Amino acid sequence: MSTRLAEGGRLIDRSQAVKFTFNGKHFKGFAGDTLASALLANDQMMVGRSFKYHRPRGVVAAGAEEPNALVNLGKGGTFEPNQRATTTEVFDGLAATSQNHWPSLEFDVGAINTYLARFLPAGFYYKMFIHPRPFWKYIYEPFIRQSAGLGKAPKDRDADTYEHFHAFVDVLVIGGGIAGLAAAREAGRAGARVMLIEQTADWGGRAVVDGVKLGGKDAGVWVKDTLQELETMPNVDLRRRTMGAGVYDHGYVLAYERLRDHVPEMDGPRHRLWRIRARRTITATGAIERPLSFAGNDVPGVLLASAVRDYLVNFGVSVGDRTVVVTNNDDAYRTALALHSHGLIVPAIVDARPQGGGELAAAAKAAGIRVANGMAVAVVKGGKRVTGVTLCLQAGEGAPLEEIACDCVAMSGGWSPVVHLWSHCGGKLSWDDDQAMFRPDAGRPPTGADGAPMVIAAGTANGHLATAGAVADGWAAGLAAAKAAGHAGKTGTAPKGEDAAAAAPLPVWLMPQGASYAKRSKAWLDFQNDVKVSDVQLAAQEGFESVEHAKRYTTLGMATDQGKLSNINGLATLSNALNVTIPQVGTTTFRPPYTPISMGAIAGVARDALFQPVRKTPIHDWHEANGADFEPVGQWRRPYAFPRKGESVHDAVMREVKNTRTNVGLLDASTLGKLVVTGPDAGRFLDMLYTNMISTLPVGKCRYGLMCNENGFLIDDGVVARIDEQTWLCHTTTGGAERIHGHMEDWLQCEWWDWKVYVANVTEQFAQIGVVGPKARDVLESLGGMDLSKEALPFMQWADGKIGEFDARVYRISFSGELSYEVAVPASQGRAFWDALLKAGEAHGIMPYGTECLHIMRAEKGFIMIGDETDGTVIPQDLNLGWAISKKKDDYLGKRAQERSHMTDPNRWKLVGLETLDGSVIPDGAYAIGDGVNANGQRNTQGRVTSTYFSPTLGKGIAMGLVLNGPDRMGEVIEFTKGKDVTVKARIVDQVFYDKAGEKQNA
Amino acid sequence: MLTLECPYCGVQADETELSPGGEAHLKRFGPGSDIDDFEGYLFMRENPKGVHFERWRHAYGCGKWFLAARDTATLEVFGTYPAQTTEPPQALREAISAKRPGWRWRDFA
Repeated sequence: MSTRLAEGGRLIDRSQAVKFTFNGKHFKGFAGDTLASALLANDQMMVGRSFKYHRPRGVVAAGAEEPNALVNLGKGGTFEPNQRATTTEVFDGLAATSQNHWPSLEFDVGAINTYLARFLPAGFYYKMFIHPRPFWKYIYEPFIRQSAGLGKAPKDRDADTYEHFHAFVDVLVIGGGIAGLAAAREAGRAGARVMLIEQTADWGGRAVVDGVKLGGKDAGVWVKDTLQELETMPNVDLRRRTMGAGVYDHGYVLAYERLRDHVPEMDGPRHRLWRIRARRTITATGAIERPLSFAGNDVPGVLLASAVRDYLVNFGVSVGDRTVVVTNNDDAYRTALALHSHGLIVPAIVDARPQGGGELAAAAKAAGIRVANGMAVAVVKGGKRVTGVTLCLQAGEGAPLEEIACDCVAMSGGWSPVVHLWSHCGGKLSWDDDQAMFRPDAGRPPTGADGAPMVIAAGTANGHLATAGAVADGWAAGLAAAKAAGHAGKTGTAPKGEDAAAAAPLPVWLMPQGASYAKRSKAWLDFQNDVKVSDVQLAAQEGFESVEHAKRYTTLGMATDQGKLSNINGLATLSNALNVTIPQVGTTTFRPPYTPISMGAIAGVARDALFQPVRKTPIHDWHEANGADFEPVGQWRRPYAFPRKGESVHDAVMREVKNTRTNVGLLDASTLGKLVVTGPDAGRFLDMLYTNMISTLPVGKCRYGLMCNENGFLIDDGVVARIDEQTWLCHTTTGGAERIHGHMEDWLQCEWWDWKVYVANVTEQFAQIGVVGPKARDVLESLGGMDLSKEALPFMQWADGKIGEFDARVYRISFSGELSYEVAVPASQGRAFWDALLKAGEAHGIMPYGTECLHIMRAEKGFIMIGDETDGTVIPQDLNLGWAISKKKDDYLGKRAQERSHMTDPNRWKLVGLETLDGSVIPDGAYAIGDGVNANGQRNTQGRVTSTYFSPTLGKGIAMGLVLNGPDRMGEVIEFTKGKDVTVKARIVDQVFYDKAGEKQNA
Repeated sequence: MLTLECPYCGVQADETELSPGGEAHLKRFGPGSDIDDFEGYLFMRENPKGVHFERWRHAYGCGKWFLAARDTATLEVFGTYPAQTTEPPQALREAISAKRPGWRWRDFA
């Protein structure tokens, strides 16, 4: 059984006990424990069920590569699924539950799948659920969805906060093992600005656990000394619990810092996402041990040899009293020796190599441990935990030779460098035949903006598995990176590591090499997604020869661990099945993040009010205080309507329309874009931008203008006012101000750069208020000031002056068809002017109105709206706006495009008004039904609705739409869709429903 | 995420403060132009693997448009220059030649 030893555990503090629960059961651990070590200390061998067959699974690894020990953590607003127990530090009150089982971890109904495994081979779902087709949507998918997925999605809002930090460094070192420490120290000594990050809470990596020697010192002492020196360097930033998540273009790196997962009671953000620009990045990310593929390698109690060592040395936890070590390399002997020195029993070291190991093997033999060379594990005995192993010859087919009783199996299939970060941004790999692993190819590195290598792999991550090579490589990487970043200060000499002479590893991809189907179908490659050796072989047999295809067909490496343990074993199995070499098969693509990061960290502070900036007009506070119902328009919030107490939004809109048409309404039009265009060539420039003639507009007058892009499509509209000889003020749509400003700048800077024109966006410099309705003039005149009579200021003119005490620019323009003054005042005076108008208008029945009222009034008047009547495929000619397209101009943006045959096609749908026969409102976007059906058997269409409203003025539904030959079909009745199999009849009419002669706006 | 140096303000700008503007050095064809020329101007683009010239705007910086020469495969940036020109500066073309001998982009080499 697994238990806590009486002594030992370099990371735990036995004086500080912590209590936590797992599936409701109470357990005790120590400060410094991970959840995995604490569970093992309490003999909790089984920690979850596998994804497909619901097999019992225990902890396999001790780090980020763990595939099995995934748990739900927390409750309510802090609930999180799929957290790795091996990287979760325990704290008092931690509550974890296991996943993927029903009704309980110990007794699980889905485990029946393991007996059906023969009928659930690779690609089972693809093969089984394809026919009959409709069954997928209504029967198969809902069923599979219910039983799919590890963990549960959180239901509550995340109660924690998160943040982003930006950092700019010369050298970023990822990984705080001996290579990373050596690299950071050397780069720091050279004078570079260095950031060193380590994903765990502890420096030194494996070297400390393994107790190797560096410069004659114990690794632990060397690490302490090195850290001390690093801490004195002001140019070095050290961060633990910070994982290098991804390497991107031009030296951009994301790192993920877990600030208080281990101390939830602490204040502040939970995670921090570091957005780093590094001149050079050193990936000293170490290596991951590979499992061996033998039957029953997933039974709880079978662990990686290094993990068994970690739990023993770091946490004082023995996974079993009797541990059989199975290996193809020398490193696993360290586990046997460590167990032996702690007084635990190692009945045998099963070494697949006929010639056995080197110095470490000799040491094991000298310690009296039995070493069985050329042997293999035929099968692991036990269900919910290991009870023994059957041995056989590695060279044979698995005939049992002997049984050994044990409660733990420590396996090692060799080591794979962690090349993920090297590979994220294009770094290539080469296959190292001697060490049976992919390692970074220094000749084909990821390159940066200057074309030079931007990532340097170092240490074990660079394929230097032995201490001496790893630490020397880290040192050299630190120097090279600092130099490349322009720092060449005084540095030290390379630290010297010491290693026992090792024998070469033997690639073992299946154990025994000739294992039967029965054995292969119990030899797991991917523990989390339940992919076995037999599945990959089946995929190859069925023709999935590309590694990317085989991966997707079998789901190998597609689980939350992204195949950290399984990829190389899977590739090798595939290469054997296809009878090609491993480098010929190649690897799948490594993609960020290295391990999953929280969605909260990605969002940072960009949530709720800070999700995006909200733009407010100078009058916004009044709207808020007076119950405005807001709608987003671009980043603005505009009042949709001003419902009164007890009044629905719809009723408010109806009231606002009626009041504006009979008395007077007030509109906050401050959001309208206001672009000042000035300079000797401004008129010429505007003639190119607008379809109509702007240069001829007399000073003091206004003109409605249309803007198209070079494709000929309408992109914006608005009223242009001529301010002086060289200056025009162009109004744009609310959402269009920045876009049109950019459009103007583009043409001025990139095409007509010799034209003397300036453009300034003064949208926010002015508050603009529409005073609209038959009594508008009365209201304004009651404030006193400038002459606003019809004679002094006729329709489509503007004037500067004073209204009351306010500096005003008054435009007599109308988007409603009513007598209308749009008054611009400096933004600082906007609110006071609004208040003054409300007060002055009291006697005249003034009421503010919102955007929906504005929309209805413009539709009653037949005015188009960008975004309703236009959608990026509509040209002005479609909207019968030919009168606003100059025939005299040689050129304007869009003119050439509007001459193309498709644009001049007489059968383009054109704008008309629509009136339903029954007075109802046609649904927005409804299609007009034509004769016959198309190739798909759908009804042909002959038009569509672009704007549709209930008009309180006319007491019925009105609409505008684009209809085939519409203007020639006045009076004709056509049908529009209105839900499934329902249509509504509408008559084609003139689009101007209200005051066709324009007497009101001209009044 | 790319970084490009804005040739106007000298800032090493992050991609998040830039807006892309597509291919550089397009020749505008207006009214009266041949339909094929116009089609080429509107729609036909080089889309090379390798040396490419493109438009960027320092949108959240100085607001200026500039042009960049970049390798679309390796993302190496050969240089940036002001937009007020109809062809890449000679020095830049030579710099590209030093790194990518024999390169060609439309009529430029």
